[in-house]
Amino acid sequence: MSQRMILGVEDLSVSFDGFKAIDALNFYVEEKEIHVVIGPNGAGKTTLLDMICGKTKPSAGSIRFKGLNLERMLEYQITRAGVGRKFQNPTVYEDLTVAENLEISYPHKRNPLGCLFFRRDAVVLEEMRRIADLVFLTDEMNRKAGQLSHGQKQWLEIGMLLMQDPQLLLLDEPVAGMSARERERTGELLKRIAEGRSMVIIEHDMEFVKSVAHKVTVLHQGKKLAEGSMDRVQNDPRVIEVYLGS
Amino acid sequence: MKGSKLPIACDADNRLEVVLPDNVHPTSISRTVRLGTERLRRLYPIVILAIVLLLVIPAALEPFRLGLVGKYLCFAFCAVGLVLAWGYGGILSLGQGIFFGLGSYIMAMYMKLEATSADPAAAVFGAGGPPVPDFMTWNSVDTLPWWWAPFEHVWFALPAIVLLPSAAAFALAYAIFRKRIGGIYFSIVTMALASIFVLVIIGQQGYTGGTNGITNLPTFLGYSVQSDQAVYTLYYVSAGLLILTILAGTFVLKSRLGKVLIAIRDQEDRVRFSGYDPAMFKAVIFAIAAAFSAVGGALFTLQLGFASPSISGIAPSIEMVIYTAVGGRLSLIGSVYGALLIGGAKSLFSEQFTNGWMYFMGALFIVIPMFLRTGLAGLVSLVSHKKVRAS
Ligand SMILES: Nc1ncnc2c1ncn2[C@@H]1O[C@H](COP(=O)(O)OP(=O)(O)O)[C@@H](O)[C@H]1O
Ligand SMILES: [Mg+2]
Repeated sequence: MSQRMILGVEDLSVSFDGFKAIDALNFYVEEKEIHVVIGPNGAGKTTLLDMICGKTKPSAGSIRFKGLNLERMLEYQITRAGVGRKFQNPTVYEDLTVAENLEISYPHKRNPLGCLFFRRDAVVLEEMRRIADLVFLTDEMNRKAGQLSHGQKQWLEIGMLLMQDPQLLLLDEPVAGMSARERERTGELLKRIAEGRSMVIIEHDMEFVKSVAHKVTVLHQGKKLAEGSMDRVQNDPRVIEVYLGS
Repeated sequence: MKGSKLPIACDADNRLEVVLPDNVHPTSISRTVRLGTERLRRLYPIVILAIVLLLVIPAALEPFRLGLVGKYLCFAFCAVGLVLAWGYGGILSLGQGIFFGLGSYIMAMYMKLEATSADPAAAVFGAGGPPVPDFMTWNSVDTLPWWWAPFEHVWFALPAIVLLPSAAAFALAYAIFRKRIGGIYFSIVTMALASIFVLVIIGQQGYTGGTNGITNLPTFLGYSVQSDQAVYTLYYVSAGLLILTILAGTFVLKSRLGKVLIAIRDQEDRVRFSGYDPAMFKAVIFAIAAAFSAVGGALFTLQLGFASPSISGIAPSIEMVIYTAVGGRLSLIGSVYGALLIGGAKSLFSEQFTNGWMYFMGALFIVIPMFLRTGLAGLVSLVSHKKVRAS
């Protein structure tokens, strides 16, 4: 793993009932890189992110992040180490307000006693406002998250990740279900928050991918089919075949 | 606005008009006022409860009836704990009787040792060592077991009432939740434990008093607990501690801990990716609920003068859940009314219709969660919101 690598996935495999969802995959993310993963449905994209963030345990292989072996850690430990995950279906805390969703994502004293005596001081409030502004939710702070539109929930979940201040963001289809206008705003947002962080984004929308990706990896049946710049990947005959064939 | 008078004028219709300084926006004032009254309105329920418990009930009831209410208040501690664990933490415990029982027995152990050392006849059996409680000698236990000995000290027994049950609850819950076992499985485990707890107490008659429990406990710290005066004192102590317990519960729910609990209840798997260990949080709230129950149990022994396995098993544990369900599982205060109402109704009706009462309780347990998820408290807030909107 070179100096500039933040994430190194090597020989990673997982199978569900004998079916290999990820098959001896090598996958690297550099610092400050926006790395997009594409591939047909069922290619194993979501499963890859699940393993990096600890949701699914790999059957073989290693996941190195800043000198840590993530495959041996629990989800909350991985999160605390600086990996943030956004899920394919937006998952926010629906019974809490937007402000409270942001508040509990603040990475400070995440133990019961610390939480009992936690106060929303000026620093926390300022951070909550800054993030809410970034994800276009300033006017929704006191609404229950359950009442937000689908697109707003996507934004809130991104906002919750930003509160956590992770070094590596894992985003699973962040613009799915969004209108054209929302997609555009989200693209801008992602570029803005990418500064100083690394990101792995799963996305189907080729226009969107083109506009944000530094590097693209194509997955197919749990294996890497191609990797490189968007142009190179798009002109790869094997990629064309998979996409046309499916 | 130090020292300066607010300029007030009358407009054309003789209405008061406040002329604001340039830097104060009218909405900010109305918001401050609204927040102020809002905060006051939030205090109403606890103030009303305090008035009912500390003024109305003691004034209205003769000592015998007051003693009964005092008993219901003991179970209200369990109901308040269940609001935290079940209503907010999503942990439906069917074994709160265990912790009620532990609190009750610890208090009884202290009082029994006090009674024994005050009784000259008991010293005869001690054979030089510390005096041995009567029920032990009846069961041929002739020396005081080592684990009984520390409970002769009030400085040990009182903290133990809170610490032992909550430590046990924490260890048990953390071990289970860490394995990601939860929901209905945890409920079944707690129910099984409640039944085992009772079996152990009954089986170890020489150390626990068996089915009869621990009886003949006339004093606490030398004061009689049986006089009419004591009935009043203990009632006020119970009511006061209950109100403190509710305030503590409110503090928990208002803090970030309360919000994390709601998040865990609704989306436990997501919370891990916010960097929290849900098992730890659930175990802690379960331990707090256990501590509340144990305090109720200790007060029960003080007021009724005995500890018995009959208040530790599955049936009383489920009754506690019914109090909370009826009062409102999201309302600390509602659950107290639930305990008072059901407890009162039980005393009134169960003597005449013993079997009928059990069916009625069973029906409540099914009907309330189905049709009134938030219990009486939910009903009250529904009605009062309608009123506010109508006015
Ligand atoms: N928990 C699971 N149990 C069984 N099969 C699974 C599980 N998770 C994913 N899979 C299977 O693994 C394959 C890859 O799924 P996924 O990673 O969700 O694909 P993608 O996100 O690329 O569309 C699919 O065939 C899916 O059915
Ligand atoms: Mg997917």
